[in-house]
Amino acid sequence: MAQVADTAQKYMGGGVLRKEDPELLTGRARYIDDISMPGMLWVGIVRSPFAHATINTVDTSRAANLPGVRAAYSGADLASEWADGLPCAWPVTEDIKIPKHWPVAQDKARFAGDPVAVVVAETRAQAADATEAVDVDYDPLDVVIDMEAALGDGATKVHDEFDSNSCYVWNLEVGDVDDVFNNAAVVVKERYYHPRLIPNAIEPRGVVCQPNLPQGEFILYSATQVPHILKTTLALTLGMPEQKLRVIAPEVGGGFGSKLNVYAEEAICVAVGRRLGMPVKWIEERSEGYLATIHGRDVIQEMEVAADSDGKLAGVRANLKADMGAYLQLVTPGIPILGAFLYHGVYDCQAYSFTCTGVFTNKTPTDAYRGAGRPEATYAVERIMDSLARKLEKDPIEIRRLNFIEPFNEAREVASGLSFDSGNYEASLDKALEAFGYDEMRAEQQRRRDSGDTKQLGIGISTYIEMCGLAPSQVLGSLRYAAGGWDAATIRCHPTGKVTVVTGTSPHGQGHVTSWSQIVADELGVAFEDVEVLHGDTAISPLGMDTYGSRSLSVGGIALHYAADKIITKAKTIAAHELEVSEEDLEYDGGIFSVKGAPDKSKTVAEIAFSAWTAHNLPEGTEPGLEATYVFDPPNFTFPSGAHLCAVEVDTETGMTRVEKYVAVDDCGNVINPAIVEGQVHGGIAQGIAEAMYEEAVYDDNGVLMTSSMASYRVPSAAELPSFQTDRTETPSTTNPLGVKGIGEAGTIAAPPAVVNATLDALAPMGVYHMDMPVSPERVWAAIRNARGQEVESRGKDTTAAGSGLGSADTPGGDA
Amino acid sequence: MIPASFEYERADSSDHALELLDRHGEEAKLLAGGHSLLPMMRLRLATPAVLIDVGRLTDLSYVRDDGDAIAIGALTCHEDIKDSDVLKQHCGIVAHTAGEVGDPQVRHLGTIGGSIAHGDPASDLPTVMLALDAQFVVRSSGGGRTLAASNFFSGLFETALEPTNLLTEVRVPKLSGGWSYQKFHHRAQDWAIVGVAAVQHNGGAAVALTNMSDVPMRAAGVEQALASGSDAATAATEAAQNTSPPSDPFGSAEYRRDLAKVLTRRALQEAMSS
Ligand SMILES: Cc1cc2nc3c(=O)[nH]c(=O)nc-3n(C[C@H](O)[C@H](O)[C@H](O)COP(=O)(O)OP(=O)(O)OC[C@H]3O[C@@H](n4cnc5c(N)ncnc54)[C@H](O)[C@@H]3O)c2cc1C
Repeated sequence: MAQVADTAQKYMGGGVLRKEDPELLTGRARYIDDISMPGMLWVGIVRSPFAHATINTVDTSRAANLPGVRAAYSGADLASEWADGLPCAWPVTEDIKIPKHWPVAQDKARFAGDPVAVVVAETRAQAADATEAVDVDYDPLDVVIDMEAALGDGATKVHDEFDSNSCYVWNLEVGDVDDVFNNAAVVVKERYYHPRLIPNAIEPRGVVCQPNLPQGEFILYSATQVPHILKTTLALTLGMPEQKLRVIAPEVGGGFGSKLNVYAEEAICVAVGRRLGMPVKWIEERSEGYLATIHGRDVIQEMEVAADSDGKLAGVRANLKADMGAYLQLVTPGIPILGAFLYHGVYDCQAYSFTCTGVFTNKTPTDAYRGAGRPEATYAVERIMDSLARKLEKDPIEIRRLNFIEPFNEAREVASGLSFDSGNYEASLDKALEAFGYDEMRAEQQRRRDSGDTKQLGIGISTYIEMCGLAPSQVLGSLRYAAGGWDAATIRCHPTGKVTVVTGTSPHGQGHVTSWSQIVADELGVAFEDVEVLHGDTAISPLGMDTYGSRSLSVGGIALHYAADKIITKAKTIAAHELEVSEEDLEYDGGIFSVKGAPDKSKTVAEIAFSAWTAHNLPEGTEPGLEATYVFDPPNFTFPSGAHLCAVEVDTETGMTRVEKYVAVDDCGNVINPAIVEGQVHGGIAQGIAEAMYEEAVYDDNGVLMTSSMASYRVPSAAELPSFQTDRTETPSTTNPLGVKGIGEAGTIAAPPAVVNATLDALAPMGVYHMDMPVSPERVWAAIRNARGQEVESRGKDTTAAGSGLGSADTPGGDA
Repeated sequence: MIPASFEYERADSSDHALELLDRHGEEAKLLAGGHSLLPMMRLRLATPAVLIDVGRLTDLSYVRDDGDAIAIGALTCHEDIKDSDVLKQHCGIVAHTAGEVGDPQVRHLGTIGGSIAHGDPASDLPTVMLALDAQFVVRSSGGGRTLAASNFFSGLFETALEPTNLLTEVRVPKLSGGWSYQKFHHRAQDWAIVGVAAVQHNGGAAVALTNMSDVPMRAAGVEQALASGSDAATAATEAAQNTSPPSDPFGSAEYRRDLAKVLTRRALQEAMSS
């Protein structure tokens, strides 16, 4: 094994341009909305405007009589289509409460946006008109929006069949936590609210179902990150033989976790296609997306650390309440568990405890959103490290250095029970401090403080760690996840020397085609252009676990590496046979087998591919053809880390806060494609800053989403962001032979605490020590006023009517 | 985000537009840049049966030096206003503020006439018009009239325009003094959470506010304080007088009132120093 590890790297680590970009950038790529079929009908979904209501009657007759309308169904009409509800694949505890989640609600609507009826029409506009003509008689019920209220005695229940809104309680305890806290010189305890976020991929979701092909097969095209998971789970929901369902993910325009799911609309389109025997299509409207695509985060964290009088950490205690929303989507309950082991960050301690309570509310279900669990953990640790520093009057850099786990190149166990693969946290911090000009920035900050400048400067640090490469299947099993964490790759060497790669991962913008081509080109000595990468079609790549959790390279890419190894092993046998030497006498480098000591006697992999195809002269017992599949189940996670530094400027009169400088030094192990890594880091930081300063889903007391369009849900643009300075350290992972770790989520994980710590650092002299995200101008303004003893009416109570501008066009109830 | 169905008519001239307006009456809406109307139609908050597209009436797209005043065609887009040398020279606040509207895409399609006719209190240019005591030239098939900005904005999305009226021209004075428009917004392309326009003209100062009520409004308290000799900082403390700002996810009414004072002080200081 590992014959290719030392091979010359021509492409890997180099600046190869992304192969997929010309098509994507010139509009030639085929996305879901580009797919059209003869006779295709359009599906429209009627959604509850109420967050909680009994559905008395659904009258579809008016809609059914509109021009072009082919069918209109209530939840009851479609009930017979479902063999089971929509799946939740991660029942995190034995006694978790899992409500039935029908694709179309039948008795009650449990969040504003819950589907209550379906219409099918000849055009999209007719379908939209028909949704408005379905008459639903509701009895609105009391709603539970706030998690703590939902857990209170006598709270309205989201699901009548359960005794409370507590979905589960998940615990992890290592060491004698109480003892450590009782005997600690210093204890810091804080409470953080991590706001609810709306993913907003550029491409909305969409589905096309082509039913009843000659073999009784159904093809489901979906803008999804997870075609493989979708095929298996939808077959169960629809009671359809799995071998008759083929799922294709065309080009997908971003996901960030929001397309890592099995959605009602996917099940509905297959069911309706099955009923009508006609192709059907549904494209999400942006305003639907705000209500019906999963949301992220919405977690209350009580974070506590115990330390000695120098600030050396002894214990960590984290207690979370995580909002599930109204139903459990694919991995809703498991999201906080993805962060459960990381609440001591890059620091070590002796005792560790984590508890999470999942809570049902009448809101859109939450699920994976870029970072998933790890931003919460990182935010809690990095915020509290600053508070610990403040309490001990130390510089936040000093407190971090004191607590860093020493550099290590072999996997080592940490307090939460995980085994970190490798790490050098000092190295990235040192590099970041230098690039940032830390001392000069502190001096500038002091100047502004001394002069009482209206615009104050703050500096924030985040030395983060994350856990990627989901995941060792056995670990997933022990965490009660329903599937494995392996991935697969096939390499097919064509007789002409060209190569096809089939991957079980499912890229949606990341650039896998390029990275996978680089790996194969180097390992098999073929040209980068000669490698074709196929993905996202369950008929073409039957084995796969798809793309999420920064797993593709460190699992799927490693499967590819091992598949290349298998190709080389077989090719070597054939080469030795043809060159009439023993295999031991052959050397392999960059696609060429040569005889040791006689380098002119050689064969290329391409030549062997041809002879394997003709099969005229193969060694005895050798199968013709040169193709190999490898399924890789990672032995461990990978643990990327790094140091992010941020400077913000705060207008202390208006609260306006802007990021002035941002330096990121990330360590994702070895790098296959630096430009792709850069891209992931830039986008991730932007999304992290968005979370820290701009975005927040706000509900009113009736459960109506107030931030239901891009006018009021504040996704920032390039105009709001500074130019980021990025750099890297490279500490190879010990989990896999390529030494890679993953970079897809790093920015989103690292940035929020860097930004909030910076904002608090600016305001600390005014007595502001805490603020929740997003640190919007109004929040900053209110925090300053509160610190000055000027009362501010409590924020939130006051948010009634939307104002003007397009914001006023945000429809309450979102029945647009 | 899919509008209800509607008929579409394209006007070839102002006369044609007026004729179409008369024919379709209250059923119809004029379509200029569409950047306010179409979003409302997509959310089905507006469902006009007929759209009369005046977007191609290029003869209503101009900025002209007209003696004492600058005349701006109602169909002039924000981007052209922003780049107008005549405005930059004689009434810089209009050019500057047009450059603060939305993003480049919005500025290339949105028009000054649409912005004024829409009557959105969060819009920037109406506030500036109010501070400038601008005049609006309006045509209907029965003839023309000129309306003062001070009598124009009557309520949320309501103006003195009748359904059969076409706004053809906006007239602003040549300023003799300094000016400032302070737009406070979170993202570059956002509407103002609060905006403040201050102009010095003919020895007096005018101050108007964006998004502090259901119409753009003059900050009468500030103007009076200035007239009776207060300095900018003192006068600015009157900025929230008689305001009724909205509370929404961008800001509570209380926050907006405080912002109005800070921004008014900054606007006055800038206007007076230029
Ligand atoms: C993303 C986005 C951001 C924006 N940001 C801002 C901002 O920051 N500040 C701001 O001020 N605005 C902003 N706008 C609004 C923008 O300025 C609009 O273009 C403007 O308000 C309306 O101009 P319009 O030409 O698009 O009008 P339309 O949308 O075509 O029409 C608006 C209304 O005016 C009527 N109308 C139009 N022209 C006439 C006329 N000549 N006579 C009589 N009635 C007429 C129409 O019938 C309609 O009722 C933004 C818009 C968008 C989409």
